[in-house]
Amino acid sequence: MALYEAVIGLEVHAQLRTRSKLFCSCSTAFGAAPNTNVCEVCSGMPGVLPVPNARAVEYAARMGMAVNCTVNPVSVFARKNYFYPDLPKGYQISQFETPICEHGHLDITVNGQTRRIGITRIHMEDDAGKNIHSAGDNASYVDLNRSGVPLIEIVSEPDMRSAEEAVAYLKALHAIVVYLGVCDGNMEEGSFRCDANVSIRPKGQQEFGTRAELKNLNSFRNVQRAIEYEIARQQDVLEDGDAVVQETRLYDAVKNVTVSMRGKEEAHDYRYFPDPDLMPVRIAAEDLARWRADLPELPQARRARLMEQHGLSEQDAEVLTADRALADFFEAATAVCGQPKKVSNMMQGALLRELNQRAVTVDAIAMRPEALGELVRIVEAGLISAKIANDIFGELLESGAMPEAFVKERGLVQISDTSAIETAVDEAIAENPAEVEAYKGGKTKLISFFMGQIMRKTKGKANPALVTELLQKKLG
Amino acid sequence: MSDTSTAIVSLSLADVRDRLARRELTAEQVTAACLDRIAATEPAIAALLTNRGEAVLAEARALDGAGPDPAKPLWGVPLTVKDALTTAGTRTTCGSRILGDFTPHYDAFAVARLREAGAVILGKTNMDEFAMGSSTENSAFAPTRNPWNVARVPGGSSGGSAASVAAGQCFGSLGTDTGGSIRQPASLCGCVGLKPTYGRVSRFGLVAYGSSLDQIGPLTRTVEDAALLLSVIAGHDPRDATSAALPVDDYMGALAARKDLSGVRIGVPREFRGEGIDPEVSAACQAALDKAQELGASIVDVELPHTPYSIAAYYIIAPAEASSNLARFDGVRYGRRAESPRDLADLYVRSRAEGFGDEVQRRIMLGTYVLSSGYYDAYYRKAAQVRRLIREDYEKALARCDVLCGPASPVTAWGLGELTSDPLKMYMMDVFTLSLNLAGLPGLCIPVGMGGRSGMPVGLQMLGRAFGEGDLLAAANVLSGALGVPGVAPACEGA
Repeated sequence: MALYEAVIGLEVHAQLRTRSKLFCSCSTAFGAAPNTNVCEVCSGMPGVLPVPNARAVEYAARMGMAVNCTVNPVSVFARKNYFYPDLPKGYQISQFETPICEHGHLDITVNGQTRRIGITRIHMEDDAGKNIHSAGDNASYVDLNRSGVPLIEIVSEPDMRSAEEAVAYLKALHAIVVYLGVCDGNMEEGSFRCDANVSIRPKGQQEFGTRAELKNLNSFRNVQRAIEYEIARQQDVLEDGDAVVQETRLYDAVKNVTVSMRGKEEAHDYRYFPDPDLMPVRIAAEDLARWRADLPELPQARRARLMEQHGLSEQDAEVLTADRALADFFEAATAVCGQPKKVSNMMQGALLRELNQRAVTVDAIAMRPEALGELVRIVEAGLISAKIANDIFGELLESGAMPEAFVKERGLVQISDTSAIETAVDEAIAENPAEVEAYKGGKTKLISFFMGQIMRKTKGKANPALVTELLQKKLG
Repeated sequence: MSDTSTAIVSLSLADVRDRLARRELTAEQVTAACLDRIAATEPAIAALLTNRGEAVLAEARALDGAGPDPAKPLWGVPLTVKDALTTAGTRTTCGSRILGDFTPHYDAFAVARLREAGAVILGKTNMDEFAMGSSTENSAFAPTRNPWNVARVPGGSSGGSAASVAAGQCFGSLGTDTGGSIRQPASLCGCVGLKPTYGRVSRFGLVAYGSSLDQIGPLTRTVEDAALLLSVIAGHDPRDATSAALPVDDYMGALAARKDLSGVRIGVPREFRGEGIDPEVSAACQAALDKAQELGASIVDVELPHTPYSIAAYYIIAPAEASSNLARFDGVRYGRRAESPRDLADLYVRSRAEGFGDEVQRRIMLGTYVLSSGYYDAYYRKAAQVRRLIREDYEKALARCDVLCGPASPVTAWGLGELTSDPLKMYMMDVFTLSLNLAGLPGLCIPVGMGGRSGMPVGLQMLGRAFGEGDLLAAANVLSGALGVPGVAPACEGA
């Protein structure tokens, strides 16, 4: 790749988190039985008309503000005409000449280098349905539940130069849509999806090379791998003295290759024109001002603040700010115990482990951040050991119980009474003369063997610091 | 037909409405009279695509059972509706084979308003396929004939509605007007036809032809009847984003308030005179203007200088919108589907080739072409600019006068088949009507007498300011009252 440079632009589709569709009142719920969230409007019956969803307009504008776009006070819905069975009207209602947002940017940091990625535009559009091909009866079916679901398409400038940058940009966008609450960010269900335009050119050349559009990139990992593959493929093509063909290529994640889907000669002429059924979308200045004032602290700013205010490492701050609810949880827990680093460790350890096991997010659990803060506090105060804290974490997460009361009720409070511990230490020494000999002969690592014996006798409740102290004294 | 039936169907909508309200007539009697008239005239004029027949008698009896309701301004009044409007439970074809036996589960907004007002919907009227045409000869099913002379066309595309009203099958009908499709057939059939301001009547349930031009409006035998129907169907509809949120004026009050035309300035656009207008049409329109002056109106010369470009602009904008609007008729979800398609492309191509008639295919191709990459600026964008100039012409003219007048059609009804082989000449028949749709303004046509040569009805078009239907109807009511209306055409029975 030394001789070539990649040029990458992304087109990201994010499903807006509205309850109803963009132009009718049907539900946007995912996973319903086929053709149950459908009415005469989203199934393209004769004579029906679209009425825009005001919440979708608000979400699109908020997203634009979050990525430094100009939000146009007047934008225009346009029809994108093409035939396909999953497109009941024979056109998609999108925006063409005058989108709702334009001229934005987003800064990303890769390998310590910060780069500014331009955002050309954000426009609103309605989604198509889904064709289902059945091998069983050699037939095709159409499910229109998704037809009319509101999307925004976020189009970047061709400003990325590597797969890493593309993924960093995509992750940054993803974090923002989720922070704003305008999209649930679910890539598996297709709520957040991405096409990549990839070309390469000799280093130093100004003109762009011929690009391929990559589709079917439904995870961050696939985006990375597909772009890497495509860059290498185009390089091979050029090195063989051939020319890259402008085309759409489908990524095959199993084989990790991109395959030609359709060429330029099959490209559609979409015959865009302003949709006469819809008035221009006008946004009042007061609404714009209110939405701007309501913008939450965005991931990048929050990451910087967590590092500054709580002394977190960049990596810790990144993990905790990837999800707004997680960052909120962190700050609330830290407020209880004043131990940001310990809270961060417990969240990245026990909390994320338990969340992953249950495949839930932090806002779906019974445990309140105050409970996690208290747990950190009682560990630090020596009321329970870190091990006990770890052992009971799952129960606390499920029950929402407050840790101090919980450990007292269960009798899990650490034994810090020297005489009680001394009895157990004496017993352990008396029962294991061989190990005592070995320890005295220099195998000091056996201290953990004795620790284990004593913990078993005290059911894990002995204060480990006291045990170590007594053992060292008695084994002298 | 019995004499009683004939007497009933000759009443105006307002008269029959009042007699029904006073229980001098029952809904069943009135409905039965209309069904008799339909049975007598339909073989000659073919105004209806769907005749609901006996079903409407049951509806009428149910109304009689419940008794007149003062909250229902059309209680018991039989009407017909153009087949471009969806009717829940009744087949809606839009004059096309491609819709097959499509039966919608939803009423058009305007149809729902009629039903809520207590009207009885007798059936669906014939039309040029997808409202594309000026003679109703482009119906996929049969041409409708003019009740005043069944060898002649009724105009179009709402020719079925106009014929149905003129023949006395009903007391009023809803038509749609994209480039003159209410006013021109009203003119050719001697009835009153009103195209409201764009946005005054919801388009929900109107199978779209040119979405930025289409409006629903009434066809009736008197101006008062048109005002009555407009009062019922006008208003804001949250399901049509282009429907106006403005309050609906009191049209009946406006009619009652005006007794003559004093103070009314009538503008006569230079472009609506002279060349291309049949002398019998000019003469009848001039006589009407003379009458208006007698009634106190002043006549003002005005100009609409961009009128010559309106046909070109219209035949870019309307087909462009149509090419997209008609894309949903693809044989996938409803309507006609080609038998055993080889593949997806074959399904589309054959379903549409078999389902759409020649004129519809012509306009889809025109529209597809003018929106194509590389042609958009030269055609669609330019036409949109011309449209703005035309609108400005009207604004300037209507700043100097209250109403604009001119012929609705350059000729009276022509013979069936006379223009079918010459689409351009057919397009010229709309020369006086379609610029109004480009401007989005209201216009109505009133009958002003019979042509001296042809003996066929001549219509005068009266155009007004946006949402000025009240003023327009009031002026038209005075003039039409003085001129008289031809009423029900007698000749078509048994012809």
